Amino acid sequence: MTDYAIEFDKVTKRFGDNLLFENFDLKIKQNEIVSIIGSSGSGKSTLLRILMTLETIDAGMVRVQGESLWHMQKNGAWQPANERHLHRMRGQLGMVFQHFNLFPHMTVLRNITEAPMHVLGQSKETARAQALELLRLVGLEDKADAFPSELSGGQKQRVGIARALAMKPSILLLDEITSALDPELVDEVLEVIRKLAAEDAFTMILVTHEMYFAREISDRVCFFDAGKVVEEGPPEQIFNQPEHERTRAFLSSFLSV
Amino acid sequence: MIEFDWDWAFAWEVLPLLLDACLITLQATLLGSMLAIVMGLLLALLRRSRWKTVSYSAYWWMEFVRSTPLLVQIYFLYYVAPEWGLNMSPMMTGVIALGMHYGAYLSEVFRSGIDGVGKGQWEASIALNLSPYRTYRDVILPQALRSMIPASGNYIIAMFKETPQLSAITLLEMLQLAKIMGSENFRYLEPFTLVGLIYLVLSLAASTGIRLAERRFPKEGFTLS
Ligand SMILES: Nc1ncnc2c1ncn2[C@@H]1O[C@H](COP(=O)(O)OP(=O)(O)O)[C@@H](O)[C@H]1O
Ligand SMILES: [Mg+2]
Repeated sequence: MTDYAIEFDKVTKRFGDNLLFENFDLKIKQNEIVSIIGSSGSGKSTLLRILMTLETIDAGMVRVQGESLWHMQKNGAWQPANERHLHRMRGQLGMVFQHFNLFPHMTVLRNITEAPMHVLGQSKETARAQALELLRLVGLEDKADAFPSELSGGQKQRVGIARALAMKPSILLLDEITSALDPELVDEVLEVIRKLAAEDAFTMILVTHEMYFAREISDRVCFFDAGKVVEEGPPEQIFNQPEHERTRAFLSSFLSV
Repeated sequence: MIEFDWDWAFAWEVLPLLLDACLITLQATLLGSMLAIVMGLLLALLRRSRWKTVSYSAYWWMEFVRSTPLLVQIYFLYYVAPEWGLNMSPMMTGVIALGMHYGAYLSEVFRSGIDGVGKGQWEASIALNLSPYRTYRDVILPQALRSMIPASGNYIIAMFKETPQLSAITLLEMLQLAKIMGSENFRYLEPFTLVGLIYLVLSLAASTGIRLAERRFPKEGFTLS
């Protein structure tokens, strides 16, 4: 295994004329838990979406578990990755979305078994047993036959986590997974992430506005501004002694909310 | 005042024959709509292709088919295609013409139904590494179907009402038969009125069926096993 689960190497990303990332570098170690904080529009989601292959890059290289994500080598030359390469690479990654994106027409169980059965080729029994185990992990073993519309936001998001875990990713991408929740439902979701963090079996990138949680759980916190990592370091440093003016401004604006 | 001398005896005599011919009409509609659904889905998917040549070809095909009269297409298939060695019975020609013509219309319905499924559903499918086939089959189409029912149903009813055009290529459907009965008996009132009534009853029944289907269709879609 390589030292780094994820490497961004001089990555450029444009949206039309809007240059979001330019020569962007970021390395994340195996099983490291990194929180990304920063104001809206600073590129936090785009970073995760590039990793999940939901957005392409314009230049540079992204490596996942040591292997280039968006490029593949053929006869010694680099060329854009084809669908097969992307399919293989995605096997390392799991994503949980801000708005859950559960499949509304499927039961909770089917939401979780769909991909293991049809992508990993698990038998129905295996997929079901695994799904029930994951539902137990997220505290929803009694909701297997419910439809998403019958669940609270917190429950939906816990299903979202179980669904991502069912694909056995080594890297988990969590994009503001509690932002769409009522405040009283935030903790039940964070509790699940706490448990996963304690397992120390995943590399995690979490984009979050829950500062106390970022501080508690992260090995490292990155403050993003306009597509750049302005400041990064252990949580104590970022939250207690931020060096940059912009970090301080962001954190204080946040605390005053 | 115009006088209607409705002849019940003659009406009862032609009705069973017209109903027999109606089976031909229904057969053409049923097979035609099956083909139209397949063609429509295929065109809708091709138009979403990321290869521009494919999506543009599908688009222009759709525009072309929708911009030429059905009757011209029917004649073309029946009289011109045989010159290229494509010999088909009137029924076969009719089914293909109706299927292709309405397939072009249905493709628009399917396309907007598919577009109506939220972006998040596609993204979740990619994140779970589902193949395009699985994504359409298990995630997108089951959710899109409900919104496609009313407009698709209306096009299929429209197709049903266009079947008399197939009389132009000697298919012995209802209208063609009514014309023959009329000219043999020198009475057109009863056969044509009955044909109109049969179309009316069946169209109303079909549109009621569509409304029921839409209402009873699960709001969020369904899951295939
Ligand atoms: N699909 C897109 N098309 C155009 N611009 C986009 C798109 N996605 C993101 N952007 C732009 O990129 C910037 C970063 O967006 P995003 O990564 O969503 O920020 P964050 O998650 O930090 O709020 C924003 O200015 C946004 O407008
Ligand atoms: Mg975001």
